[in-house]
Amino acid sequence: MARDLVRPAIAVGLDGVRKRFGRFAALDGVDLEIEPGELLALLGPSGSGKTTLLRILAGLDFPDSGQVRFDRRDVTFAHAAQRGVGFVFQQYALFRHMSVARNIAFGLDVKRRRDRPTAAERKVRVDALLNLVELQGLGGRYPSQLSGGQRQRVALARALAVEPQILLLDEPFGALDAAVRKSLRRELRRIHDATGLTTVFVTHDQEEALDLADRIAILNRGCIEQLGRPLDVLDRPASAFVAGFVGQANRIAGQVRQGRFHVAGADLAAPGVADGAALAFVRPDQFRPVADGEAGLEARLERVIPRGPALWLDCVAPDGQVLEAAVSRADAAKLPAAGSSIRLALTGGHVFPEN
Amino acid sequence: MTIASVERASILSPVRARRRRSAIPGFGLTLGLSITALCIVVLIPLSAIAIRAAGMGVSAFAAAAFSARALHAYGLSFVASLIGASVNAVFGLLTAWALVRYRFPGRAILNALVDLPFALPTAVAGVALAGLYSSNGWIGGALAPLGIKTAYNQTGVVIALTFVGLPFVVRTVEPVLRDLAIDVEEASASLGADRLQTFARVILPALAPAWITGFTLAFARAVGEYGSVIFIAGNMPYKTEIAPLLITIELEQFDYGSASAIAAVMLAVAFAMLLAINLIQTWARRFS
Repeated sequence: MARDLVRPAIAVGLDGVRKRFGRFAALDGVDLEIEPGELLALLGPSGSGKTTLLRILAGLDFPDSGQVRFDRRDVTFAHAAQRGVGFVFQQYALFRHMSVARNIAFGLDVKRRRDRPTAAERKVRVDALLNLVELQGLGGRYPSQLSGGQRQRVALARALAVEPQILLLDEPFGALDAAVRKSLRRELRRIHDATGLTTVFVTHDQEEALDLADRIAILNRGCIEQLGRPLDVLDRPASAFVAGFVGQANRIAGQVRQGRFHVAGADLAAPGVADGAALAFVRPDQFRPVADGEAGLEARLERVIPRGPALWLDCVAPDGQVLEAAVSRADAAKLPAAGSSIRLALTGGHVFPEN
Repeated sequence: MTIASVERASILSPVRARRRRSAIPGFGLTLGLSITALCIVVLIPLSAIAIRAAGMGVSAFAAAAFSARALHAYGLSFVASLIGASVNAVFGLLTAWALVRYRFPGRAILNALVDLPFALPTAVAGVALAGLYSSNGWIGGALAPLGIKTAYNQTGVVIALTFVGLPFVVRTVEPVLRDLAIDVEEASASLGADRLQTFARVILPALAPAWITGFTLAFARAVGEYGSVIFIAGNMPYKTEIAPLLITIELEQFDYGSASAIAAVMLAVAFAMLLAINLIQTWARRFS
C-alpha cells in the first residue's frame, strides 16, 4: 500500500559543490552520488557542512559553484517548491494553527487547481499517511497536543504527502529523548523500506548513522572524508579523522618503524605507513587483557562498568591517558581487581601518520 | 507527639496543600494590587459617570443620550475609528514586516518615526495634519483639483484617527513576527506553496492574535481621541462632530447630566466592542 504513495526512486548527484558563508567555507568541493532508494547518512561534527549540504539538496540554499542533479536533470537552482523534496526539520516546523490532518494535507491543499486531488482523495491520502506513521485517529489534534515523537511523525507524514522525489531529514531525532529516538529510528527504517524513497538524513550521532543508514558520508570541514557502508567506515577508515570520529576509538600516540607501530610495551601492524610519529586508533574491543610478561600496554584499571553484553574497563596509562577497553562478560573472572595494574595487548587498530 | 495528632496532621495536610501550595507565588498579592489600582484609576471614576447618568431619570437620559445630534456623533466616532484602525491594521502590518525582515538605510529612523504619534501632543498633531491636508496644504492642495477634500470633513476625522493609532499595530505585530521561526516558512515552501500561499496560510494565521490586539488598541485609542481631531474635523454638528467633542461642548455649557449620558453610552458601546474583539482573540489563540 505504502509503495503507491510515492513515485519510483531517483538517483541524486552532486558535482564539485561549494558554498561559502562570508569567509567560512561551509562546503569545499563536494562530489557525491546517491543511489536510487538508498538511505544515506550525512555524519559529521557541528560546522562540518552536513546541514548546508542537505539544504542545498532541498533547494533551501544554493551553491556558489557546482551542480545538483536529480536523475539526469540539473536542479541546482530549482527552488524548494519546484524540486519535489520532502524535508523534515529538526524542530518539526509544524503549522501550529492547523490540525494534524490539515498539516499533512498542506502540500496537497496548495497545489494548483488542476493538479489538486479532490477533497475525498486528499482525505484518503491523509488517512493512509496517518496509518503509515502510526498516528491513526489523531488527525483532529493540534501539534501542541502531541508529544515530541508524535510531532516528528506528523512532520514525516506531511513531507511524504506531496509524493516527493527524495526525502531529506535534518537531525530528525535530535530533539527527542533516548528511548523515543531509538524507536523512531526503527520507524524511519521501516517507512523508508515501505516507500522505497531515496532518503538522506543528517546526524552528528555516529550510533544513529551506523544503526540506520545503508551508506554513510562522513563530513569534515566542508569535505566528504569517506563514503561507505557502516562496516567499511568502521573497519577501513580512510583518514585519521574518520578513525577518530567513529567507533569510539582510543587515540594512542607512538612511532612507526618499518611497518610496525610501537608504543611503550606494545606494537601493532601498520602496513604502508611511513616511519615517524604516528597515531593509532584502537577501538575498545581491540584491547585484550593479558598476563604480566606478555606484550601489552601497562595501565591501571580504574573501574569496571557493565554495559550491555560487555564489560567496559576504564584504564589510565602511566602518562595519564585514559584508555577504554571492552571485554566480554565471560572474561570477568580473569580481570584484576579495580585499582591494580592491567596489561592490554593490541589486537587491532588503524594507524595514521601524525601531521 | 501523640498518635492522634500525627493522624490529624496527615488528614489535614492535603487540604492545606491544596489551598496554599502553588509553583507561582504571589497570586493574592498581585491580584489584590491590580484590582485596587484598577478601582482607583478606572472603575471608580467610570462608575461616577454611570451614577450621574442614572440620577437623571429615564426620559432626560434618553433625550440627552439619543438626540439626533448625539446619535450622529456616536456613528462618526465609531465608524471613523473602525476605518482608521483598519487602515492601521494593513499599513502597520506592512511596516512591521519591513522593519523585521529587511535591513535598509534609514531603518532606525523609520523605527523611531513609528512611535512619534505616541509622544506628540495630540493638539500639535492636529494642527500639523490640518495644515497638511487642508485645501491650501501640500497634500490637500494636491488632491483638491481632483475633487478630493481631505480636511474639515469626515475624511479629515479618519486621517486624524489613523495617525494616532499607527504605532499600536506595528508594535504588537513586530515581536511576534520576529519570533516566527523561519523553518515554518521553509517547510511551507518545500511543500510546494508559493510566497502568497505561505503568507496567507502560514504567516498570517500565526500573526493573527497579535494583529487583532494591535487593531483593538488602535481602535480603542481612536474612539477616545479628541485633541487632534478637533483641528482637522471642522466640528459641524450632524456632519463632523465626534462624540468626545460633544461631551466637551455639554460640559462647557455646564450640562453635566447630558455630558454624563453621552459618556455612559460611549462607555457601554466601547466596552461591548472591546469585549467582542477580545473574544475573537481568545478564539484566534486557541492553538497555542
